[in-house]
Amino acid sequence: MTAQVRRVAVVMFLLFGALFVNLNYIQVLQADELANDPRNARGLIREYEIRRGLILASDGQTPLATSEETDGRLRFLRRYPDGPLYGHITGYHSLVYGRSQLEATFNEYLVGSAPEAFARNLADLLAGRERVGDDVVTTIVPSVQQAARDALGDRAGAIAALDPSTGEVLALWSTPTYDPNQLASHDRDQIVAYWEQTEADPGNPRLNRALRSVYPPGSTFKVVTAAAALRAGVSPEQTFPDPLRQDLPLTEATIGNFGGGTCNGGAPITLARALQVSCNTTFAQLGLSLGAEALVAQAEEFGFNADWEFQLPLEPSTIPAAAELDEPSAAQSAIGQRDVRATPLQMAMIAATIGNDGTTMRPRVVKQVNDFAGRTVAEFGPEPIDFGAPGPALSPAEAETLTQMMVSVVEGGTGRNAQIPGVQVAGKTGTAQTGEGRPPTVWFTAFAPADAPRVAVAVVVEEGGGVGDEATGGAVAAPIARAVMEAALARP
Amino acid sequence: MTAVAGSPRDAAARRSPIARRRANTELGLLVLAIVVALCAYAIVGLAQTADEPVLPSGLLAYGGALAALGAAAHLCTRRLARGGDPLLLPLAFLVNGLGLVMVRRIDFANAASGDPPLAPTQTVWTVAAIAVFCATLIVIRDHRVLDRYRYLIGASAIVLLLLPLLPVIGREVNGARLWLRVAGFSIQPGEFAKLGLCVFFASYLADKRPLLSVATNRLGPLMVPPARAFGPIAVAWVVSLGILIFQRDLGLSLLFFGVFVVLLYVATGRLFYVAAGVLLFGSGAWFAYSTFAHVQTRIAIWLDVWSRVQTDGYQLAQSLFALGTGGIAGVGWGQGRPDFIPFVETDFIFSAFGEELGLLGTTALLLAYFLLVGRGFSVAVRCRDDFGTLLAAGLSILFALQVFVIVGGVTRLIPLTGLTLPFASYGGSSLLANYILIALLVRISATTAAQEER
Repeated sequence: MTAQVRRVAVVMFLLFGALFVNLNYIQVLQADELANDPRNARGLIREYEIRRGLILASDGQTPLATSEETDGRLRFLRRYPDGPLYGHITGYHSLVYGRSQLEATFNEYLVGSAPEAFARNLADLLAGRERVGDDVVTTIVPSVQQAARDALGDRAGAIAALDPSTGEVLALWSTPTYDPNQLASHDRDQIVAYWEQTEADPGNPRLNRALRSVYPPGSTFKVVTAAAALRAGVSPEQTFPDPLRQDLPLTEATIGNFGGGTCNGGAPITLARALQVSCNTTFAQLGLSLGAEALVAQAEEFGFNADWEFQLPLEPSTIPAAAELDEPSAAQSAIGQRDVRATPLQMAMIAATIGNDGTTMRPRVVKQVNDFAGRTVAEFGPEPIDFGAPGPALSPAEAETLTQMMVSVVEGGTGRNAQIPGVQVAGKTGTAQTGEGRPPTVWFTAFAPADAPRVAVAVVVEEGGGVGDEATGGAVAAPIARAVMEAALARP
Repeated sequence: MTAVAGSPRDAAARRSPIARRRANTELGLLVLAIVVALCAYAIVGLAQTADEPVLPSGLLAYGGALAALGAAAHLCTRRLARGGDPLLLPLAFLVNGLGLVMVRRIDFANAASGDPPLAPTQTVWTVAAIAVFCATLIVIRDHRVLDRYRYLIGASAIVLLLLPLLPVIGREVNGARLWLRVAGFSIQPGEFAKLGLCVFFASYLADKRPLLSVATNRLGPLMVPPARAFGPIAVAWVVSLGILIFQRDLGLSLLFFGVFVVLLYVATGRLFYVAAGVLLFGSGAWFAYSTFAHVQTRIAIWLDVWSRVQTDGYQLAQSLFALGTGGIAGVGWGQGRPDFIPFVETDFIFSAFGEELGLLGTTALLLAYFLLVGRGFSVAVRCRDDFGTLLAAGLSILFALQVFVIVGGVTRLIPLTGLTLPFASYGGSSLLANYILIALLVRISATTAAQEER
């Protein structure tokens, strides 16, 4: 019998071997996957033991995100006091879906584990003190953010407002929006239901259009073309022919003007006047004469095609490489059509650069991180940004000239709806065609006061804002931009 | 022969340097097991007071209790089972001590939700289990005594199995009718019935070995035993199906049939029985699958736990999450969330070890079981009588299968069936029964040692 016992023993040992191999598979090979599975609440539970830092408005007082202690299994509950208003900035901190926006990009600070806090955390550990997350102070000004929300209403679109001299983002608004509180609750079923509801919504309410949607910039891009023209030595007073339609080489296609007429009754038109009335035929001629290379170089000096670091996830704005643009494409690109794509933030940055004497300040949503005692943990000060282009976007003189041209757009051109009594506003309208029979995407980009701007803004409204084919940037977007600028100028 | 109490054989063994060396080995290993358990106790206590770490106040009491229990058990083996295997008791004691710490640790996790603590009860059960261990060695001075009471023991086992089906004292817990409520304690008679049936099988097979081993009939290419030899395996099959149908206990049914078939092979050396057993198991499993919704659910969860995480696969998924979160080194004892796994203190205690002690901890546990099973088989191989060999082998198989079925279940190697993890899980009946199992193995090895000595 001993032979049988030995054989059976071997079989039993093989069973133990199978257990051991399987344990290695689970606890080594699959370990990371299992540990990080969103349905595995263990990692989150630990994180919820930490009082997550506040997210504050630029005043350092108004809370955009707070932490409340609960009696539940998850100790702290994330709350967003004005959830939908700041949802695209704060993002959410969710049991089920992880984190987004600042909650994601500043997570290390918010849970107090950033490298800067290492020494303090070590001291806390030794002293047995509980770890507390650090507070993130944003650059967002509530009054400007509210003005953006009120002005855009329930139209789908986005607004980005910057301080041109510092790069501070004053407002970042996108509609439709969502309520991050619904995703940050501790009720898994409620979170999933809300997520699926937003997922099914054709308006895509969780998309931050100001940063993640790229639109054809239309005529707002003419300021880029105008900058390239100034760089090439064209003066604002230089005149161009004013045809009914501009022929394009190599093709039967032509470019016409808004409304189908000429821009100056057929008489020669100056560059300044062409910008003022947003004359497509003039800018198409400029596209042809400047060439794709100069146009693309100018756009890249403004930040197109650059993968620069921003504090929130940002879609790059793009223009095709010069080699890919034939003459008709260059002409169409010069009026912001064809394959030119820009985010609202990008267009606001262009306005800010023009207003800031040609220097682009790096946009920032967060200016400072403080610990619970108010000591500064990290600071993000103003600094010029280098997009990797060979030179600056504009010389101060070119910026000054372009500013005057944009002032005339608001004073007597397509942008009159952006006028603010007592303040000189520089701006540019845009009405981008999105396809036959579809309402245009309308834009307005501006800065004020023109001589020493405190705000630069870009507004985009999808589908003409619901007023149909006749929608223009001047009619729909300019009043919105004005309201946001007024709020920004009124800030302390 | 001197005039000391005990049989002449005991006296001979006492003079034996081998017996003394074994006893001292056991003592040393017991001390080691207690040290390990005390360290575990201290770590868990420290983890609970992370803000200002203090050693748990119960450390001395726990250490004292373990030392007293270890001393009692050791004195019993030293005096009553000379020359017995020196590893069995320390290994059981080690896992028992770690299990107690884990139950206490689970108490901490459950304290927030106001659940009553389990560790005090389990401590009482441990004291009782050591007493039963000693009692087994005192009452059974030679394992061959059991051979004589074969039918009494077999019948008692069947009665024990049937008891929970009775009204008033029988209780249904979580859909399975396995429990007795006696004097405020819940008892699972099936745990003891397993041992009784093991004794009965060993005795019966030792007796009928010659008859069952001969192959007289030809069935195609196979030489098969006479028809009446099929009786026992058929009976075993029917009984295990009965357990499944009336008590809805998949684990016990499986264990019962598995031990019998393997033991039949050990006794006869005929693979034919294994083939027949596999066939019968297959048909029984198919019957169970097509008849019982709870069996179907178990299989479905096993096959696809990830689409059932929020529903009936929650428990198994939490177990796998716990094991994965533990990784190689674990999150640290007292730092995990065992309370996320329903019934973690019984069926899923292995996963709690996996989360907090990692692969290192689970491997150590598996090794302890592996060594224990190995010692059991070694006792079987050395034993000089057929009954002893079969009994030791049967007990080892029973123990090994139990570990395999529950650990395999919580790690999703095989479908989950409710069984306790020997010596580690919360539960008195399982602890008592497993200490009796160890006592029997120690007894058989001591008998062999005495025979070798002569």
